[in-house]
Amino acid sequence: MSDNKSLQSSRREFLGKSAVAGAALAAAGSGLVLTRMAEARAPDQPVSNKVRWGLLVDAARCVDGCTDCVTACHEENGIEQSGHAETDPQWMRKVELKDERTGYQLSLPMMCQHCETAPCADVCPTGASFIRADGIALVDRHICIGCRYCMMACPYKARSFEHETVTKQKPHAPRGKGTVEACTMCVHRVDSERLPACVEACAAAGHNAIMFGDLKDPNSEIARKMASEPSRAMRADLKLNPGVRYQGV
Amino acid sequence: MAKMKNLYYRNIEGTSPGYWGLLGALALMIVAGLGAAYYMEHHGHIVTGMSNQVVWGLPHVFAIFLIVAASGALNVASIGTVFGKQPYQPVGRFSALLAMALLIGGLIVLVLDLGRPDRLIVAMTKYNFKSIFAWNIFLYTGFLAIVGFYLWAMMDRMVGKYYKPAGVVAFVWRLILTTGTGSIFGFLVAREAYDAAILAPLFIIMSFAFGLAIFLLLIMGIYGATDRELSDSVLRRWKNLLGVFVAAVLLLVVIYHLYKLYITRTHGIESFILLNGGVYTSLFWIGQILIGALLPLFIIFTKLGHSRFWIAIASVAVIVGGIAQLYVIIIGGQVYPLPLFPGMAASSSFSDGVVAHYAPSLPEFLLGMGGVAIALLAVLFVVKVLDILPESLGDAVLNPPAAS
Repeated sequence: MSDNKSLQSSRREFLGKSAVAGAALAAAGSGLVLTRMAEARAPDQPVSNKVRWGLLVDAARCVDGCTDCVTACHEENGIEQSGHAETDPQWMRKVELKDERTGYQLSLPMMCQHCETAPCADVCPTGASFIRADGIALVDRHICIGCRYCMMACPYKARSFEHETVTKQKPHAPRGKGTVEACTMCVHRVDSERLPACVEACAAAGHNAIMFGDLKDPNSEIARKMASEPSRAMRADLKLNPGVRYQGV
Repeated sequence: MAKMKNLYYRNIEGTSPGYWGLLGALALMIVAGLGAAYYMEHHGHIVTGMSNQVVWGLPHVFAIFLIVAASGALNVASIGTVFGKQPYQPVGRFSALLAMALLIGGLIVLVLDLGRPDRLIVAMTKYNFKSIFAWNIFLYTGFLAIVGFYLWAMMDRMVGKYYKPAGVVAFVWRLILTTGTGSIFGFLVAREAYDAAILAPLFIIMSFAFGLAIFLLLIMGIYGATDRELSDSVLRRWKNLLGVFVAAVLLLVVIYHLYKLYITRTHGIESFILLNGGVYTSLFWIGQILIGALLPLFIIFTKLGHSRFWIAIASVAVIVGGIAQLYVIIIGGQVYPLPLFPGMAASSSFSDGVVAHYAPSLPEFLLGMGGVAIALLAVLFVVKVLDILPESLGDAVLNPPAAS
């Protein structure tokens, strides 16, 4: 009986200690999670201009005929092709280029270049086109009136107008007939510390032609690569300081 | 306003079957235009000829024509008020009315072509002041308010003392307004056909010509249909003024193209518009230059210009040429590929490096014509209910003998 009692007491003690230890572990764990969350940015926190998200495209690594980035982008953002080539939205496209004099050929992905001084945001009458503090160019679909002036102004032809009723939208990528849309640099992924879909798809295909990162952090891989290797902005003459830069062009 | 002998304003009777038939036809055009707008909004712009390459189509051609012509239609009143030219003063009321009506017609087309016209209230409440479109919202609404007051000052002795200041403000405002309209294109760095500040003064001179052509047609039409007297000598002065405006448009067009031709970078767009652009080259040479400039200049400055019939032909030619000109500027400027990769031949699934295809659809045309009909219906209705037009525009009124 006494043995039994001591056994019971030791079991109780064990259970109690386990519970304390478990609680402590849980507390430590949740603490870790909280720390991570604080780093990521809570949904109600404003976006910081301490970072500037950007992409570095290496055209030398971009494989002719491969469209994995485009497919991933359109799948991620719920963009379906209805077969009307001239009016279907294309947030991303592959462009084949050939030097008119030398015949040198290359291919590269084109999308919104997320300019610092973006013509789309300049001309938008309502302010629906805007540049987020972290450098991502977006369209506020609630106040876009569908005037298409931004499409007239964009030197990269990066925007699409929704010519038809949109179905199968993704909750993270609101879209609608009569408004303008473009690459969001997968802002929903960026906000939860994930890579844009195109970057992920390019890496999955083994090409690693698109790199994502913080251009303002001198220690980030993208910033170090840009500092040590040649890269250029498309239409650099316009001095729009795009967040997307290219190598091998 | 200087007091003029024998000047009496009276509304037109507007009881003839012809008048009501015309109003009915215009009303039908408006219904068709509204129907087209509803069709476009319901199905989306997929039912138009517009695409992700040509984002502004035929409705913009009509809308911008009407808006540009609106500010030009006010010129007649301005010349009378600001520059004190007596023969222009009696038609000041009509000039102001026409300006307001054309602007309203153009704005309705512009708004109904939006992707989300239901969000007009957003455009009225949220502004990005770096956008020329945002300025234009103020310029257009301000124009209606100022010209409305100017018209009131011309018609009511109670506020008649404000006639001159209102006229001056309206004149300055209309110059700024057309500068704004031209700058919509002039301040676009992305496309080679635009990106030229000369588009702002070009649009101002275009407005002078288009507005006066419409004014002349309507004055001759209304005075002919109502058997009211219209002085030949004054008509000749007005058509000569039209000739000067048309020549000035031609001059600025030549300067614009010389500028683009001088710069190697823009040789591509120039050879597209001037030489091998198919329908755009034809519209430029036949529509804009031959019909819109050379033909009216020939009519106006030869003996043909003494005939009212030929003055009317010249006015119609200026309008047709003006629409061709805006079509070449707006559509031609968009179908030509963007200089995204200078020195490289580009191809993609998104029409990079190729001339885009655009064919206007019926709904677009009906919407545009609906705007024209709204402007004309408004003018024809208001001259019936208000004392806008002088009973006579004869020499006794406009060119009284020096002794009197």
